[in-house]
Amino acid sequence: MMQLAVLSGFVLAAFAPLLHRWFGGRASFVLAAFPAALALWFLAQVPTVMRGEVLFLELDWVPSLGMSLSFVIDGLALLFALLITVIGTFVLIYAGGYLKGHRDLVRFHIVILAFMVSMLGLVLADGLLTLFVFWELTSITSYLLIGFSHADIEARKSARQGLFVTFAGGLALMAGLVLLGNLGGSWSLAEINAGGIDLREHDLYLPMLLCLLLAAFTKSAQFPFHFWLPNAMAAPTPVSAYLHSATMVKAGIYLLARLQPSLGGTEAWVGILSVVGALTMFTGAFLAIRHTNIKKMLAYSTVMALGTLTMLLGIGTEGALITFVTFLLAHSLYKGALFMVAGILDHETGTKDITAMGGLRPLMPVTAVVAIIAALSLAGAPPLFGFIAKEMMFEAALEADAFGWLVLLLAFVSAFLTIAVAAIIALRPFFGERRATPRVAHEAPLSMLLGPACLAALSLLLGVVPVIAGMGVLTAAASAVMGEPVTVYLSLWHGINLPLIMSIVTLALGYLLFKRWDRVRAHLARLDPVMARGPEAGYEAFMHWITVVSEWQTRILQNGYMRNYILVMVLVLIALLGNSLLLRHPLEIAFELDVRFHEVVVVAMMVLGALFAAVARSRLSAVVSVGIMGFSIALTFILFSAPDLGITQLLVETLTVILLVLVLFRLPRFASLSTPLERVRDVLVAGSVGVLVTLLILTAWGIDQFVPISEYMIENSVPLAHGRNIVNVILVDYRSLDTLGEIFVLALAAIGVIAMLKLRAPVRPAKPTAQEKESSHG
Amino acid sequence: MVKSGTLILHTAARILMPLQLLFSVFLLLRGHDEPGGGFIAGLVAAGAFTLYLFAFGVSATREVLRMVDPRDLIGMGLLFGMISVFPAWFVDQPFLTAQWWTIPGVDFYASTPLIFDIGVYLAVLGSVLAMVMTLMEVDKDEP
Repeated sequence: MMQLAVLSGFVLAAFAPLLHRWFGGRASFVLAAFPAALALWFLAQVPTVMRGEVLFLELDWVPSLGMSLSFVIDGLALLFALLITVIGTFVLIYAGGYLKGHRDLVRFHIVILAFMVSMLGLVLADGLLTLFVFWELTSITSYLLIGFSHADIEARKSARQGLFVTFAGGLALMAGLVLLGNLGGSWSLAEINAGGIDLREHDLYLPMLLCLLLAAFTKSAQFPFHFWLPNAMAAPTPVSAYLHSATMVKAGIYLLARLQPSLGGTEAWVGILSVVGALTMFTGAFLAIRHTNIKKMLAYSTVMALGTLTMLLGIGTEGALITFVTFLLAHSLYKGALFMVAGILDHETGTKDITAMGGLRPLMPVTAVVAIIAALSLAGAPPLFGFIAKEMMFEAALEADAFGWLVLLLAFVSAFLTIAVAAIIALRPFFGERRATPRVAHEAPLSMLLGPACLAALSLLLGVVPVIAGMGVLTAAASAVMGEPVTVYLSLWHGINLPLIMSIVTLALGYLLFKRWDRVRAHLARLDPVMARGPEAGYEAFMHWITVVSEWQTRILQNGYMRNYILVMVLVLIALLGNSLLLRHPLEIAFELDVRFHEVVVVAMMVLGALFAAVARSRLSAVVSVGIMGFSIALTFILFSAPDLGITQLLVETLTVILLVLVLFRLPRFASLSTPLERVRDVLVAGSVGVLVTLLILTAWGIDQFVPISEYMIENSVPLAHGRNIVNVILVDYRSLDTLGEIFVLALAAIGVIAMLKLRAPVRPAKPTAQEKESSHG
Repeated sequence: MVKSGTLILHTAARILMPLQLLFSVFLLLRGHDEPGGGFIAGLVAAGAFTLYLFAFGVSATREVLRMVDPRDLIGMGLLFGMISVFPAWFVDQPFLTAQWWTIPGVDFYASTPLIFDIGVYLAVLGSVLAMVMTLMEVDKDEP
């Protein structure tokens, strides 16, 4: 019942306000117990998974749609689950200090717990559709978290940007997963990866791959979609540390790694992933240098890391995939720590601008040590875990077949740029002369130091004793990505080889760049006009055109004239119906005149009612004529033994008349507004739809394509549904989901009427109202 | 626009409304086997209140409804509808699968379709009443 344990996080999120009332400021620690407990459970699974076993926790969700809530825990899922729960625990504790006394702390806890559960679901899910649901949930919760400071227009804009970009990818993901499910013949990831069907040979392989790649690239901020991630730094720092470095942005990478065994290795896969990954890696590293905002620098270096991971998946050799899992773990550890350090600096000094800080080391000794250790890991200096990852990355880049020189060059350049970034982050704030900061700096509280300190210590520990990681989850994770068992052996010392030499050269170059950073930045500032035309400008232009087009089509289609709506609807009906009826199907009219006298009378009444309604000179007579038609229809239902329909029709007609009477006096003067020409057009349109529908009925009469479903319903109404009234049985039993939807629609209609008539906005200044709305939606 | 009606309408409404309401409940309960059901019954009940509305006006009708706002009726209807979704879950069947329980002693079967039908009844009644009453109130507000 692990599923329920994980999903209970949603329930816990709902109870967060109550916990806040009980525990006050200590609620963070109480809530942190949830991911901590899950982390312990996942840790307990490590030995099992290390033996090469895959835990399969089966649970049905909607079996009739092939949706399952089954969890698969293999090495890859376990690695991710551990990262999510462990870093999640630290982040919750950290947020308790960072957002202490914030009036929206409760809301933060609710959303971040919901995010945590969604993310866990995403990496554990076996069903493709379940994966999709959790994927979208992470997008939504991420949106709420980026827009946490909703009074700030920048935060709202960034949140929307992240949402649009990731949702566009979500649509692509849906298409890709549907293709994958259909081609792979299963909706279970485990079954698809177990093989049987070779997806790479399929004709639709490329479209499916492109859809899935688009999804992964948008979610994981790959070039050219990388711009949303730095903007997402509008979120509070605990969010950045959690979502935008360690977890959510790796969801796309996770998807790629998950699909590597069944889709990877083709020319398209290797080419696209290597090039896009390398480009992203370079873009991230290059843009990081240009900024002085510490969070933006870290965000761009995250983009760099995500690009590296994609590139490694693209290279796809055994060495590259082992590097992939190593780099993933190393990055999550140091980046989580660095973000939390950035949050401490921001929190304690009141500025995010790294050039405004200096000489903080005596004031914040612990923070400084943590920052330096984490930054060393980011730079890839021995003996940190990041060093091992970087060495292996160079090795993998040397192995690259496709675009080998490009990949290697970009890897080299990115590496020394990253070293400079790491040095800037670790040294600028803490050394040099003391600068006056908006707030007087002092050491952060324990709750805020615990997380980064633990993560940095792990970076150091795994660097010195890499066997722990290698023996532990990484072997299992690499095997899961590879699709076959591999052994991971990590060590600090590889002997003097090309990667080591490259490391030394990059360290030297990075140090030089760090020394001349201010001057380089001044030079780079000249590139600003070019940068302004980057992919983000494309996004802005796209959004602008969407607005223009929707305004234009709204003016035309949603113009508020009932007559135009009806005209459009009827014309569409004519076009579609006429197309299939007259062009695609031979007209076979089976026509036998077998009518009784009273039926003729009813029909005649109906026709007369319609005619009178069309030519009536007053509104009241038109209403009455339409009413005659309605009651005749009710009579028809009763004649053909459908009493329920008849009664309903009668009642609805009565109520319609009542409603019409109520609004009658409020309607404008009854006048003929259309020109004679328009009337001719209306007659033509109405006439053709009448003729078409008649033809359709006559044709349908002669065709018996399928066994009518009514037989089944009649037979099973009493034995299965215990009811003799089949209409009612259909409504409340066979098709109760439809009915449920319908009563919701009905309720919405009623609310719409109330809103339109009663809630007319009293004249008030517009601005405060908008803000009120924002805050109430919060 | 809608003035309180004549003596005949008054008297008729006073007698007819309870009868109509009773009839609507009757329709609701027998709906599974004979013509009737939540939707029809809801419309009949809405008709009953509308008749009363026409005879005595909005404020009088609100008094008859006591504490119950039509809008609350809509919510209750949706709630009943949703409640009927879940019992199946507890016996490991797909959502919305009908559950039947025999009430000992009385010859009556309680079931989720019945709960669901009551939901439909309330939602329909609430929606129609909310619309009609809103229309009439707005009418009164603006001469």
